[in-house]
Amino acid sequence: MMNYIWFGMMLIGVVVGIFTGRIEAVTQAAIDMAKVSVEIAIGLIGIMALWLGVMKIAEESGLISLIARGLRPIMVRLFPDVPADHPAMGSIVLNMSANMLGLGNAATPLGLKAMEELQELNPDKKTATNAMVMFLAINTSSVQFILPATVVALMGGVSSQIFIPTILATTCSTVAAIVAVKFLEKRKRFQLEEPVETDPRDGVSDD
Amino acid sequence: MIESITLALNEIAKYIIPVLLVGIPLYALSVKKVKVYEVFVVGAKDGFTIAIRIIPYLVAILVAVGMFRASGALELLLQALAPVLTFFGFPPENLPLALMRPLSGSGSLGLLTDLVNEHGADSMYAKIGATMFGSSETTFYVIAVYFGSVGVMRSRHAIPAGLFADFVGAIAAVFFCKLLLF
Repeated sequence: MMNYIWFGMMLIGVVVGIFTGRIEAVTQAAIDMAKVSVEIAIGLIGIMALWLGVMKIAEESGLISLIARGLRPIMVRLFPDVPADHPAMGSIVLNMSANMLGLGNAATPLGLKAMEELQELNPDKKTATNAMVMFLAINTSSVQFILPATVVALMGGVSSQIFIPTILATTCSTVAAIVAVKFLEKRKRFQLEEPVETDPRDGVSDD
Repeated sequence: MIESITLALNEIAKYIIPVLLVGIPLYALSVKKVKVYEVFVVGAKDGFTIAIRIIPYLVAILVAVGMFRASGALELLLQALAPVLTFFGFPPENLPLALMRPLSGSGSLGLLTDLVNEHGADSMYAKIGATMFGSSETTFYVIAVYFGSVGVMRSRHAIPAGLFADFVGAIAAVFFCKLLLF
């Protein structure tokens, strides 16, 4: 999927760019964005370090498992393949809370940590698990209770009017995301390949 | 009523980060006797490796999105879709933002700024736009970076599910704004 979308965007960019006479702008965009990507990543280093450090303290003190335990009934339903007391559950909960509070800066490090922990449970490191896709779908449609600071700055006094519509719209999209993931994960196209049947003797030696 | 809730929430928002930065070590130090400084440094070390690891994925996705945006392909798509959308009651003025939102955070913020400048913050277009902006995330960026950070190549149904959620979110933004505000 990513292969086609990635190549498709570049192909459309070049073909349309030739027709609209903006081919130079397309070239410039490619070069600029390559630069910007590295600037973003470098800028992330400090923020990542800060939040991962604080997160480690929260982990050592048992705060994370405390929060995760409170939300266990919901979490085991959304992520049936992840053991209820696995550290990934804690990171996922923290990432979602950071998103809800509008802490975009903190959400990314916590989310990447969650992905790392989900990857530990993944038998096929190159292919996404059901839990990963569910996590990303909820993440990208994130329920937010605090309007982004940029929106408040732009809209000024009107921002309070869009508070309720925003919460309703984001709830709809999160529900849609969960339903879509649950529906699609069973489709043939997206199904995980069944684990290859191994010789019983191999199974014994694995233990 | 709603106004005061929003004001209060955004007022509280200012204190969330400082309270977390102090509160978490305070709990760890006083209740669990955790060596907070040493533990912080151990955790912070990972920041560097993770940030560097996502660079190739960031370059790949942002370059492709940048080329797509610069070519004007979005405007062409818009012209083709406008009549259909108007028929269904979806304001064509909000379509560029709806299409841009999953692709680029800065791009969609720019489009929202345009809507506010052109029609005013009090207009329906600006309010619908702000609702769309606040209720969704940059789907492609998140998928590329999150999967990239752990080296997952086959994203399976992540993109279709994410885009479907964005689609539902955009329609819901129009629907609830028209229902509640106009």
